[in-house]
Amino acid sequence: MHPAKSIIAFTTLSGAGYGLLFLLALGAGLELLPADPWLGVLGLGLALGLVAAGLLCSTLHLGHPERAWRAVSQWRSSWLSREGLLALVTFLPALALAWGWVLEGRIWLAAAVPLALLAAATVYCTAMIYASLKTIRQWHHPLVPLLYLLYALATGGCLLVALQTAWGLRAHESAFVAALATTAAWVIKLRYWRDIDGGRAIATPESATGLGGLGKVRLLEPPHTEENYLLREMGYQVARKHAGKLRKLAAIAGLLLPLLALVLLLASDSGWWDLPLALLAALGALLGTLVERWLFFAEATHTVVLYYGRQA
Amino acid sequence: MTSLPSQPGSVKLGLVIDLDTCVGCQACVVNCKEWNAGGYAAPLSDSDPYGAHPSGAWLNRVHGFECGEGETARVVHFPKSCLHCEQPACVTVCPTGASYKRVEDGIVLVDEDRCIGCGLCAWACPYGAREMDPVTDVMKKCTLCVDRIYNENIAEEERLPACVRTCPANARHFGDLGDPTSEVSLLVAERGGYDLMPEMGYRPTNKYLPPRPRRDATTCGPTPARLEPVAPQGGLLGWVDRMLSAL
Repeated sequence: MHPAKSIIAFTTLSGAGYGLLFLLALGAGLELLPADPWLGVLGLGLALGLVAAGLLCSTLHLGHPERAWRAVSQWRSSWLSREGLLALVTFLPALALAWGWVLEGRIWLAAAVPLALLAAATVYCTAMIYASLKTIRQWHHPLVPLLYLLYALATGGCLLVALQTAWGLRAHESAFVAALATTAAWVIKLRYWRDIDGGRAIATPESATGLGGLGKVRLLEPPHTEENYLLREMGYQVARKHAGKLRKLAAIAGLLLPLLALVLLLASDSGWWDLPLALLAALGALLGTLVERWLFFAEATHTVVLYYGRQA
Repeated sequence: MTSLPSQPGSVKLGLVIDLDTCVGCQACVVNCKEWNAGGYAAPLSDSDPYGAHPSGAWLNRVHGFECGEGETARVVHFPKSCLHCEQPACVTVCPTGASYKRVEDGIVLVDEDRCIGCGLCAWACPYGAREMDPVTDVMKKCTLCVDRIYNENIAEEERLPACVRTCPANARHFGDLGDPTSEVSLLVAERGGYDLMPEMGYRPTNKYLPPRPRRDATTCGPTPARLEPVAPQGGLLGWVDRMLSAL
């Protein structure tokens, strides 16, 4: 599948934003975060900014972004529609929480609880857009929704650690959550990579053409002389050459770097190194997730390539 | 609504494609493009059509496959367009309601004024039946020539999908596959018509008729033995052969 920059940016940024929203709602609701108005402004502002930036990026992928509002209408059948609808609805408790936190100096549980739930549900819907497609075996995998949730929690967690550290607060709980989510995300990702590498094709050129009775089916004459939409969109082949190296790079940036920084942060007494460590963790987590997301698209194969002499 | 009709209609209009008689002439491809560039699906655009890298949206494509090995191998021309599935995920994934399946005849269509061009339906289609229009940025697909088959302004014999009407080998048939007594259903039953990628569970309406088995692989294959010189037995040629051999 063609790794469109707009979609990779969308899923990574909005994932981090929803992860941060989830943890802010949880932290504030459990009174682990002070009801400091400026922390509220910066934290919720950063989270909602990431979400908004992600959503704006996603509209760049559309042929007609001016009609994007129509996309909330088909929530009964479409995961994309559900994602869009929940993304918009999530702004309501987020703004309510911001109102209480920033203007009233109080954390309203009635806003924090729905915010945490809606943020998680939105990320789940994003994942299901891909996981519901039977045509792409690497996406139609039971671990995909869990992975999206864990990556959102890991990146959001690292951002919260950076935010708290910048505020001069001890970030023990959030650093622990971030380290746990990061580890879980990558352990499950390794398992997922092993699965898709050894995965069986869901269809074959023989079943795609129904000509298996005549023997092995090979493409002799392609139906067009130039690349078409189908091949550009679903016949992407560039990444596979460097997939192994990119996976290692993603794991170094997304797992080792943040984990090391977070462990050092947890182990250390406060010092000047706290903020650089926290920023390093956040940067690594975002970078690693970007590469991981790029691979998620580039390594995915669509059944349509069976009609073009390739394996899916 | 991109939910599927809760009570699917009994009429299932579709195509039956005969892989035995298709000669791969591409006439259906061209006539499809010609009709749909001006009809319901218009415009069906191309980008850079006369330049170095022409590209464009087409609703019907003919692939050429080679099947089997050696003397029994054969070439099969393989036309492919929307199969108007009974479980079309391209419809249910659509976030705007632009894609829909008609209750009255099962045709899957796109309301282009509602299409946001997200491309998710093309991802959901296992067959590659949908292509984005490079100029208008909305999704295009086979309409089963919905603007021909019911069109009372054209002669009755013209009320067929453009690809079917133009096929010089009569390899394409159009009809109601929901009616077991229709000509197309009988053809499917008689010739063992089948679904493409049944394991995907989309239950396509269009059926493909398999190439007929060869009567005798040794008489119609390019057997090297047939090209060896053979001495004629008897008759004038036999006499000439004997005379010339004696010289």
